[in-house]
Amino acid sequence: MIIDYETLKLLWWVLVGILFIGFAVTDGMDMGVGILLPFLGKKDIERRVIINTVGPHWDGNQVWLITAGGAIFAAWPLVYGAAFSGFYFAMLLALFGLFFRPVGFDYRSKIEDPRWRNGWDWGLFIGGLVPALIFGVAFGNLLQGVPFHLDTLLRPYYTGSFFALLNPFALLAGLVNVAMLAMHGAIWLQLRTAEPISTRAKGAAKTWGLVTIVAFGLAGVWLVFDIEGYRVISMPALDAQPNPLTKQVVREAGAWLGNYQAYPLTLAFPVLGFLGLGLALILSSLDRPGLGLILSGLGITGVIMTAGATMFPFIMPSSTNPNSSLIVWDAVSSHLTLTIMFWAAVVFVPIIIGYTTWTYAKMWRRVTVEEIKAQEHLAY
Amino acid sequence: MLDSTMIELSRWQFASTAMYHFIFVPLTLGMVWILFIMESVYVMTGRQIYQDMTKFWGKLFGINFALGVTTGLTMEFQFGTNWSYYSHYVGDVFGAPLAIEGLMAFFLESTFIGLFFLGWERLTKVQHLTVTFLMALGSNLSALWILIANGWMQNPVGAEFSYETMRMEMTSFTALLLNPVAQVKFVHTVAAGYVTASMFVLGISSYYMLKGRDLAFARRSFSVAAGFGLASILSVILLGDESGYEVGDVQKTKLAAMEAEWETEPAPAAFTLFGFPDNEAEETHGAVKVPYLLGLIATRSLDTQVTGLKDLMVEHERRIRSGMIAYDYLERLRGGHDTEANRAVFEDHKQDLGYGLLLKAYTADPSQATEAQIKQAAKASIPQVAPLFWSFRVMVAAGAWMLLLMVLGFYYNAKRVIEKKRWLLRLFLFSIPVPWIAVETGWFVAEFGRQPWAIGEVLPTAIAASSLTVTDLVVSLSAFGVVYSILFAIGIYLMFKFARLGPSSLHTGRYQHEQPLTAGTATLATQPQRRAD
Repeated sequence: MIIDYETLKLLWWVLVGILFIGFAVTDGMDMGVGILLPFLGKKDIERRVIINTVGPHWDGNQVWLITAGGAIFAAWPLVYGAAFSGFYFAMLLALFGLFFRPVGFDYRSKIEDPRWRNGWDWGLFIGGLVPALIFGVAFGNLLQGVPFHLDTLLRPYYTGSFFALLNPFALLAGLVNVAMLAMHGAIWLQLRTAEPISTRAKGAAKTWGLVTIVAFGLAGVWLVFDIEGYRVISMPALDAQPNPLTKQVVREAGAWLGNYQAYPLTLAFPVLGFLGLGLALILSSLDRPGLGLILSGLGITGVIMTAGATMFPFIMPSSTNPNSSLIVWDAVSSHLTLTIMFWAAVVFVPIIIGYTTWTYAKMWRRVTVEEIKAQEHLAY
Repeated sequence: MLDSTMIELSRWQFASTAMYHFIFVPLTLGMVWILFIMESVYVMTGRQIYQDMTKFWGKLFGINFALGVTTGLTMEFQFGTNWSYYSHYVGDVFGAPLAIEGLMAFFLESTFIGLFFLGWERLTKVQHLTVTFLMALGSNLSALWILIANGWMQNPVGAEFSYETMRMEMTSFTALLLNPVAQVKFVHTVAAGYVTASMFVLGISSYYMLKGRDLAFARRSFSVAAGFGLASILSVILLGDESGYEVGDVQKTKLAAMEAEWETEPAPAAFTLFGFPDNEAEETHGAVKVPYLLGLIATRSLDTQVTGLKDLMVEHERRIRSGMIAYDYLERLRGGHDTEANRAVFEDHKQDLGYGLLLKAYTADPSQATEAQIKQAAKASIPQVAPLFWSFRVMVAAGAWMLLLMVLGFYYNAKRVIEKKRWLLRLFLFSIPVPWIAVETGWFVAEFGRQPWAIGEVLPTAIAASSLTVTDLVVSLSAFGVVYSILFAIGIYLMFKFARLGPSSLHTGRYQHEQPLTAGTATLATQPQRRAD
């Protein structure tokens, strides 16, 4: 089936969103568990329980991130190049944070020395916290615009600094992400562990849930009143050969509210964010973590979709040369590539969801201290 | 113009992190099948020792796999962070196989690897075996897509440059998939991985036999790896030859450079066995030659010539001049003079645009390059010959050595006298590093031999890098150096520790260190743990 170019460009924006959501809901949860690990596990055996709730799944879940990266490379090559090279040290920091996870999970329990194990526990903490923070900070910077421009041969030049990325609004966005994933991870632990860890997890879900809601609300207010948005004034036809230098963009106050004014239905996204997070919080405190986990997943979906809908069609606005901004219509790959990739995603994403579900079903249980003791040398 | 030191450091960073990543990849590619074979025997015969083998070798595999995943993340990030112009220029083509790799292969491998380790108690025998198979399939499919991407860097088929979007765009996905370079590379590379894993299992099993411990376990492990390894090394060598033929066909410069073939000789060309190639003098000092051999390997005929480097440089210079015109008209087209006439001239010279871009290393505007700069670019249009020449020979020698070992190992194992051949067991033990020498030098030949191109004849390495500073690279390269060294030390420490412990690390009570005092040691080992709780 041939899908026209304009539709495909839009579909790819949706697909990248789905990959981000898949990452946040699955591996984000594992990162949240990593962040909570040193605090909810008081003893070595308790920490092993916590680790083993995500042990069989974190590696597969992490591929959402890797595939999202690959999909951006293939579908939005300029975004991949400009964002990763512009945010050079931030990206490397996230990368070095991620390093702790594969080795942390696999090596931690191989040696009994408490210093070794404690060291890796903090490694898993960093491996959850740092990437979650950086990805939030990155979104916070995208919402404000990034100081970069393109030359006539479309080479991107980043003119900001690493520390400029760590501005207050971006850090708030980072906090939203960290808190959101910590809450999601806490509800997971509440569901999959027994006393006393599950009660501690319930407490953590409450704290981090409240932080998320407040921080997300604060970021919204800040965005409405104080963050200048971007607006396309003129551009070639939507199905034109993509060239990011042929449009005109202005930066102005209130521009980020344009989509919500033009399409009020999009307000459903922030509503979904607040509602999902709020209900998750309530369900968790009512000892219904199963339903709570689904709702926190929906809340995360709402938060990510809010960020996307606010900026649409912008992916990476430029603060120093707004016309260089990268948008859904002109930072994309060719019609053929988008078509092939689209069908690859349509075929494989449901298959992936299918077998991932099977693995969760097979491993479904409350992980207990007794079980870990019985499988001392097999478990993580 | 980009800072040449920055580009140099970017190349060092990419090369070192990629070669480091490839310490772990080949072992993974092969171990998954060895584990699958062992577990299949367990499921078919129900004999416990085969499950123990799967679990124990699986432990070593896991230590390796964790570092493979860790260092693979870097590869994913690095195209964007350090090669942003590359990402833009070829993402339309190169990105697709990478993304499909994630969707089709890496998800499969990573999702099931968790169950491979932690699902023993919760899956039926057949389910677990299926999980192992899917993990193996996933990791090998992953290699397929990565090598399709890499094959395209060597031989960029199925794509065309578009001046409107200023990048390469895919014209045929099938051509990308059926790229002959990618096909031979895939089989050569995965078979090399199988050899690596076989040598690993053979070496460690030999160690147990030399120590006279866990003999039943070691013998069976040795047998599995001996059969698998012999089949694999034969494939590597046959397919390596096929690879040589493909290189001769589509990457003439790489072939001439790795064989230090300066002059075009009358067919069939002689093969230089040894010598000291010198790029400045454009000759090989002290060359020892075997008549006819190169012509036979590279062209499989007696009358086809192998073009020498000097003639290639002349050809490159012609294409650089044509590329200057292409660049000139590209600027016109993009500068708002998109006329029929300009397009026609550009189309005539488009296939040489990459050669024009080679001049970007010397001047901001290639269309105005001086004679001296053109000569300089032509001289630099071939890679440094000596490192290629030597790496290639080291790889071949390592391969030949492993073939010899595998044949002997297979033979004595089949005759059931392998335990008595202590000299051979020692050779196996000390040859554990040899497959890594082979794969690393092999990759070096493939990638260093592609220089000065990032994408063969399309995109020079010198403009593919991101617009970063030398300081950025010094900081990141040092950070990689420190962190990777620490990780390597930890990984090697665990690998030695568990290889020494052997199957006793499973704590089944059936193996060496556990047997003499079975009850006693088991209690001792768990007591401190209980008190800590």
